Parts: sequence; structure tokens; C-alpha cells
Amino acid sequence: MSDTRVTVAKTYKLYIGGAFPRSESGRSYPVSDSRGAFLANAAQASRKDARDAVVAARKAFGGWSGATAYNRGQVLYRVAEMLEGRREQFATEVAASEGVAPRRAQSLVDSAIDRWVWYAGWTDKLAAVLGAANPVAGPYFSFSVPEPTGVVAVLAPQASSLLGLISVVAPVLAGGNTCVVVASQSRPLPAITLSEVLATSDLPGGVVNMLTGRTAELAPWLAAHGDVNALDIGGAPTSQLADLERAAAGTVKRVLRAPATEPDWGRVPDIVRLRAFLETKTVWHPMGV
Amino acid sequence: MAAPTATPPAPPPEAAPLPADLAEVTRDESTLRRFLHGLPGVDQVGVEQRAATLATRSIKKAAKLWAIDTAISMVDLTTLEGADTPGKVRSLAAKAKRPDPDHPETPQVAAVCVYSDLAGVAVEALAGTPVGVASVATAFPSGRSARSVKLADVAEAVASGASEVDMVIDRGAFLSGRYGLVYDEIVEVKAACGAAHLKVILETGELATYDNVRRASWLALLAGGDFIKTSTGKVTPAATLPVTHVMLQAVRDWHDRTGQHRGVKPAGGIRNAKDAIRYLVAVHEVAGADWLTPKLFRFGASSLLNDLVMQRRTQLDGHYSGPDYVTVD
Amino acid sequence: MDSTVWEYAPAPESRDIANLKASYRMFVDGQFVDGTGEPLKTINPATGEVLAEVGTADTADVDRAVKAARRAYDRVWGRMPGAERAKYLFRIARMIAERARELAVLESLDNGKPIRESRDVDVPTASAHFFYHAGWADKLGYAGYGPDPKPLGVAGQVIPWNFPLLMAAWKIAPALACGNTVVLKPAETTPLTALVLAEICQQADLPPGVVTILPGAGDVGAALVNHPDLDKVAFTGSTEVGKQIQRDLAGTGRKLTLELGGKAANVVFEDAPLDQAVEGIVNGIFFNQGHVCCAGSRLLVAESVADELLAKLRARITTLRVGDPLDKNTDVGAINSAEQLARITSLVATGEDEGAERWTSPCPLPDKGFFFAPTVFSNVSQAMRIAREEIFGPVLSVLTFRTPDEAVAKANNTPYGLSAGVWTEKGSRILAMASRLRAGVVWANTFNRFDPAAPFGGYQESGFGREGGRAGLEAYLDV
Repeated sequence: MSDTRVTVAKTYKLYIGGAFPRSESGRSYPVSDSRGAFLANAAQASRKDARDAVVAARKAFGGWSGATAYNRGQVLYRVAEMLEGRREQFATEVAASEGVAPRRAQSLVDSAIDRWVWYAGWTDKLAAVLGAANPVAGPYFSFSVPEPTGVVAVLAPQASSLLGLISVVAPVLAGGNTCVVVASQSRPLPAITLSEVLATSDLPGGVVNMLTGRTAELAPWLAAHGDVNALDIGGAPTSQLADLERAAAGTVKRVLRAPATEPDWGRVPDIVRLRAFLETKTVWHPMGV
Repeated sequence: MAAPTATPPAPPPEAAPLPADLAEVTRDESTLRRFLHGLPGVDQVGVEQRAATLATRSIKKAAKLWAIDTAISMVDLTTLEGADTPGKVRSLAAKAKRPDPDHPETPQVAAVCVYSDLAGVAVEALAGTPVGVASVATAFPSGRSARSVKLADVAEAVASGASEVDMVIDRGAFLSGRYGLVYDEIVEVKAACGAAHLKVILETGELATYDNVRRASWLALLAGGDFIKTSTGKVTPAATLPVTHVMLQAVRDWHDRTGQHRGVKPAGGIRNAKDAIRYLVAVHEVAGADWLTPKLFRFGASSLLNDLVMQRRTQLDGHYSGPDYVTVD
Repeated sequence: MDSTVWEYAPAPESRDIANLKASYRMFVDGQFVDGTGEPLKTINPATGEVLAEVGTADTADVDRAVKAARRAYDRVWGRMPGAERAKYLFRIARMIAERARELAVLESLDNGKPIRESRDVDVPTASAHFFYHAGWADKLGYAGYGPDPKPLGVAGQVIPWNFPLLMAAWKIAPALACGNTVVLKPAETTPLTALVLAEICQQADLPPGVVTILPGAGDVGAALVNHPDLDKVAFTGSTEVGKQIQRDLAGTGRKLTLELGGKAANVVFEDAPLDQAVEGIVNGIFFNQGHVCCAGSRLLVAESVADELLAKLRARITTLRVGDPLDKNTDVGAINSAEQLARITSLVATGEDEGAERWTSPCPLPDKGFFFAPTVFSNVSQAMRIAREEIFGPVLSVLTFRTPDEAVAKANNTPYGLSAGVWTEKGSRILAMASRLRAGVVWANTFNRFDPAAPFGGYQESGFGREGGRAGLEAYLDV
């Protein structure tokens, strides 16, 4: 019986402000597996989709950055729970996207879920680890706390469709930022499925906005956007990196630069990616009676 | 820049009625409390910093000589010891009249300040001079006595001819929030003073916070005190620059709201000319130039006068003087 | 009441203390040498007189300097144990303190800032920066960047004219503590104290090439930050130039930190300690003639106390003494350059044209030199240029607000985010405001406090990276 059943194919759409719209441009592009076989059509986001995504991310920033660290940790951990529930689906998609064997795909998905959990646990540790009571020479109490930078545009890794993606998105969220993510151009399907997980978890709409399409087309718009505060250019084409950094300078964006080659995402992370999208705020108050 | 000469105490504050909003404040205990607690807070670090910065002013040459002369003219030359005698008071009066016999042009001090039982001696010794006689009263320094005793003390001072009365407030009542009691007592003392001019000692060292100093200052001004005075000199800390800043702000703000000038008297711990000049700079830049007169600013001090006299000589003679060249009284 | 006039006699600090020389030379590889650039004349902005001729670098000098710094890094400084580096920094801290009076007078001569500030703020804080960072040099493993964080290499640093010595200290001390060598370009109009600091490095026997000072104008700065053999660039100055540097460094992989402009809001609530708020506002905008990137140039005051506060503020500003920077009683000194004075004058004219209400202190101004009387604009709206652009002078714009939300919205309504002030006696409101103001430094019931132990730096277009504290070390470590 099951052999004869026609499967219900999924329409892969963008994820903006908690909704799943098609590209306003009406464009889509075919996504193939590693052998070139057609998998699905993905939405090909336009600059206007990117603009809408930034608006959604900005709108969500106040709520997400203002939530307690404990709450953010819980919300993120809940995402991991949901990921776990879709483990097999992700494994199938990762295997198809990256052309790896099922066991390897499963292991990548497991690492990705564990990575998410690792970052979820950071939300309420960051201030203790990165903040300080500053021993100033005067009758003042001075303290420094890390605060989220704001709206971060993330150009996701091109090769690692889920583990890489989660390795760059989770730290942005853990710090309290909201983001606009451009998924791997040729391997976008796990990213959209991740968006579905996010949409059905407790993460407020707009905290993560997922675009699929041509990275090189979208990146310059995000790099130059006045309401984007920081940029992770890891997934941008090498030829475009310098231009993106130049465009980012227009509003003094923080830029997390791309390593020469895509890193091994399986390695144990450190807090560099958390630090990259945190500001230090120093507060002073006199001590008197 | 002629230095002011010692002047008789200012007449009691203008009898002009207070603006309605201020008059309303003293209607009852609760309005008074609301008003005092509604005054802007004082940030300790901020006021101390401002006082310290202003204390770095460098006053030189003619400006310094003027300041020294002005400071001398503002001194309430004080003796408030259990061992005070008529002889001690007479010699202090002599010093007050002629702070530096070698330089007769040296200004006279503003007043001599003594206990009420010796006020008569001081009045006699200073008769015919513009130097005033201030008498402490109201169970000075603690203020812990029955109201009737305090008022009798004031009556004694006034009857002896004192032109100024330095009363202490009931700090216990103030600190326990019984502002009406403190207010009423000042009002009664003021009435008992008659023509004598009333200085209200807040004893800021016991009030502990600048917020309290500000509230007590306003309480004393509302009750009709002609001057607000920091300390008895018997409690540490006595006068400090930041406390004086807060009190100068109070008389400045009082003037802004009522048009009336009231005075400030730091007392205790001001021992040398350098300190006195720092206070004058504060008077100048916090309250304003109007207050640079003995009518509105006094120093409660004893040893300060000799240092002022010595520094005055240094300014005039061009070399440092020594303690053996000024009289010890 | 008859008013008394008490004029303070002039109390000038002696300019001889500055040990001013007729000419100064750049400091490369441990030696003072002639530069091949066109010499510049640095002037005293309080009088317009030429103070000294200063040799400048050209591109070849920059290259030579970077090579020397690289040699020093490779052969000596980068390998030296932290404990040894620390001792050099401690020495420098002490020597700055020993020569404090000379440095203060020289700073006031060259920059125009009041001697009270150079003496009580700039120089002691510069010394404190070296002392603080000296202690870090052998404790970097405890700074939270891993067990053995490595230096970056050679740092190119460009600093502004508003705190010439202090900014040099902010830049050099952490760089050296972390094991880097530096090539620093002081501002064109204020090169002198950095060159005395070079002399101190020499006296401290700092190995040649560890610190290099290259005087010159913007072209030297551009040549420096674009030098291909740098590992790190640090810049403090205008947002405009900062953006250009960020553009120039795009794609180079060179680590960059920027400390740029600001348009800080100083928010005063109705329950503020008003007298101290007045002091804070005055300190916020008139400290250093308002030549402060974190100056509280926008006063946001609760409408219910606006009139009372403004009256007190004007009365207080009237007591500010504007004049000879060397006079110990001067509160506001000279504007650093004719160019800056022209910029301030033009922005103030814009404010008047836009309909803001101008009030200027009636204080007398000297008849020569570059001076600008403290000025307050009221009835300012967010749309006006004087509320948006950094004036970098003694000019305050006053806006009002009705609710805390409105205060936050207006305070954050700027592309900058360097600092902010909040004045209220209500503790919970202080903390809520401190958390909602998007700025790198929030001063509550105080303003313009600096300390080497407290990180300083901006959000958004005010730059990135921190100076001071544990957080400031990141800028000079390969982490």
C-alpha cells in the first residue's frame, strides 16, 4: 500500500516575522540533492524580502533582548526539544542536501541539537562570565554587562546545512539578538525545516527570519542596511567579502569575518561567536548616603 | 574692592508675607512633612565632588587680601567653654575690637559669641562698637531640656543685651520626624528674641545626611531663622564645605522663592585663612556675591582669627609672619 | 542688597614648567629622528602663538616605523615574559606621575584645556592607565580569553586632539600589556605630550621600536592604518574618519577597534537631585570645552521641572570662568583650533536658524585665541541639526519629555550610542533606564567619569571595541 501512496510534497517558503510567506518577487529556484536530483523548489528571496525580514527582526528585538536570560534559555532549550522530535526528518534532509551517508547525517543532526542545547545554557551565564564589577578609584559602583548588539544579518555556511547553520544562529540568539539569516544557497531545505521548528516552539516571531535564495544577491542589501547592527559574513562568496565589509562600514556594523575555508563545525565551540554580537555596557552610580 | 567693615546684625527678615505656596507649607504637621520630604534629594558624592572642585580655586594677591579682610569681618569670635570667665570674655572682646593692634586698619569682627550668662559682660565690653554680641541659648549644645528652660535661656540672653541669639534645634525631634515640634520651637524662640537676630544651629554632624541638612535648613528658614548655622562646635564633624554648600543652596533657593535674604554660618573646625577663603569661594559661587557680607555670612570660630591676621600681615609685609606676632587671647 | 564684586586675581601656572622646546622630532626605533614630512607648527589655541615646530612623517617614515615596530615585536617584546613587560609599564606610570606638572602645563598649552583639568584629570588618569594595564601583562591567562592568549603583533593607532596624552595612554598601555608593539599618530594640532611620553619611554628604557610616535596630519594617519604589515588598527576620532578606516580595512583581516563620535542624552527626571544634576549637566557638556566624544550634549529634562532646572542651570553656567587655560581658576579653556571654532560657530548659527532659543553665558571672553562662550539652546526638537550632529563644543541642546518611555525613545533616537546620563533618586528607575538606554556607558547621577578599570566604548556608529577593564584587553589579543 505505502509503496503506491503519493507523498505530500512540502512547499519550502521563507520565514519572516513568524509567518511563512513566498518571496514577494514570486521567484523560486530548484534545489537539488548532492547528485543533482531535484528535491524541491525553494523561495528565492528578493531585497524587499530582506528588508521585510529586517523590519521583523527589529520589531522582535525589544521583546527578545528584554526577556530574562532564564526565559531565553528556556525558550531555546524548548527548540532543542522540538529538534529532537524531528531528528529523523532532519537526518533525511541533511543526507539529501549534503550527500552524506545516513549515519553521518544522523550524527551531524545530533551534534546540531547538542550545539543548540549548549548555547541555550549560555543565556544566563554570559553576564557573569563577560560582565564585571569594575573596581574604580572613587566612590562609585561601576559594573559592566554584556548586551545584545541588535539585529544581526547572518550569511549561513554554504556547506554545513544544519550543524553549521545552528552553530552560527544559536549564539546570536543566546546573546539576545534577533537575526536575518540567509540560508545555504544550494542546501536550504534543513534551514526551512528549522524555521518550522522555530515557528512551533516558543520563540517569538521575528527573532529569527530565514531567507533562502542567492546569498550574493541578498548580502549587499543586508550589509548596507541602516537598521542592521552586525554582520556574520561567513557564508558569503569569497569574492564578495571585502565589498560586504566596506558596505558594513557605512553604519559602523560589527562584522564577524569569514575564515578562509568553512570551519569544521564538529569542533567544540568557544564563546567567540557569543562575544562577537555582544556590546559591553558600563554603568556608574555614586555610592553615598 | 573696599573690604566691608563690621556691621551690626541685619534687621529681622522682611516682614513681607511668604508666597502662598510656602505659607501653606507650615499649616500643619503633614503639610510640613510633605514639603520637606518633597525637596530635591542631595547626592552625597555629587555635592562633595563639587565642593572639592571649588576648593581648588586659587585666590591670590588683591583678591586674597580682600578675602582675608572680609573673612575677619565675618568672624563670630567664640568662646564656649565651661571654664569661661568674665576676664576671658573681656579679653576676647578686646581682640574682637582690635584684631591686630599693629595694624589698626584691620577690620573688626562681626560679633563675640558666648554663653548667655556671660552675654552681659560681652555687651558691656563692646559697648559703643559695632561688634555684636551673640549668645548661645536653648540648652546649648545638646538642646535637651524643657521648652520653658530653653525660652528662659533666650530671655536671659536678650535681657543681657545680646543682639544675636544662636539656638540649637531639637535634633532628637527632627530625627524622629517630629518636624512640627522643631518648627514650633524655633518660632517660639524667634518670638522670644524680639529684635535680636536668630541663628538656628542645625548640628549637621548629628543630622548625618545631606538630605536631612537640606530639610532642616528649610525648616529653620520657614520658622523665621535669620541665619542657619551648621554646628555647635561640640560635635564632630562640625562645619564642612559640602554641608555649607547644601545650606548655601537653601538660602539661595529661599531667596529665589521669597525675595528674602537669609544668612549662613559655618561653625567649628575652620581654623585657617586657606579654609576660610574656600568657604568664601563657595559663598560667592553657590549663593552669589550678595552673600559676601557679614550680614549674611559668618564664621563661628576662635583660632581662625589669628591665622587670618597672620596671613593678612603676610600679604601686606611680603614675608611670612609668625604666631608670636599676633596676640593670644 | 548691595552686591559685592570679588574679582579673582589671575592665578596662572607658569608656562616654564612645560619645558617647551623650539622643535620636536618624531620617535622611531627608540630614537628621536627627523621626519621627511613637511614640519608642522603647533600653536597655542589660547593665544594663536606658535609653540613649537614639529617634524612629521611621510610614507617612507611610516614604513620604516612599522618595520622597527615589527622587529621589536618579533625579537623582543612579543617574546618577553609578561612579568617583565609589566615592569616597564609600571615604570612609565610612575614617570608620568613624576612629570605630571610638566605634562599638565604642556597639555594645556598645546590643547587649550584648563590646567585644572589637565592637572586633575588627564595626566593622573593617563598614569593610572599604565599602572592598571601593567598589572595585566602577566595575568592575561585569567582575563577570560583562554589560558594563554597571544598578542596580535604590531598595532597602528591614531588618536584625537581632545585628550592628547590620555588617549595615547588608553591606546598604548593595553597594547603593550598584551604584548603588542605600537606605532601611534597623535593629532596634528596636539602632538607635544605624546612626544614627551616618548621621552618617558626612553627614560624607562623601553626597548627600541616598542613604542613609536609619528606626528603628522590625516595623510600620515591614512598611510599608517593602511600599512599592510599591521595586525591591528585602533582609532579614536570622528565617525566620518572611522567609517573610512573601516572601509579601507575591508578584506584585510586586520583587527580594528573604533571609538567614534556621540550625541549623548543626559536624562533628568523630576525627582532628580537637582543641584547635582546641574553640576552633572555642566560637567557633561562644558568639561574640556565640550570636546568630548561622550559629552552630554542633549539634555532631556522632564517637562515638569524644566523651567526650574533651566533657571538653575543658567545661573550655574554664568559662574563658569572662561579664559586662559593656564589660569588655575579657569573652568572652560580655549577651543582647540580655528577650524573647530568655525564648526561650532556654524552649527550654532544653524540652531538659531532652525528656531531654537539660544542663551549664551554673559561671561567675558579673551580678545585673542579661540574661545566660545558656553551656550544653551532650549526649545530644541529632535529634528534639528543641533540635536542630531555632534557639535564637539560647549553647546547644549535642551529637549523635554513627559514619560520615561518618551525619554528613552528620544535618548535612543540617534545613530550614535556612546554614553548617556540619567538623573533620578528612584533606584528602580535608574536600573530600568540604564538597561534601556542604548549606549556603551551610562552614568547615573553622575557624568563623565573615567577609570582604567571600567570599560569604555560605543554602540552603533559610536564605534566598536572597548577600552579599559578586562573587556578592553580583547582589542589587543588574538582571540
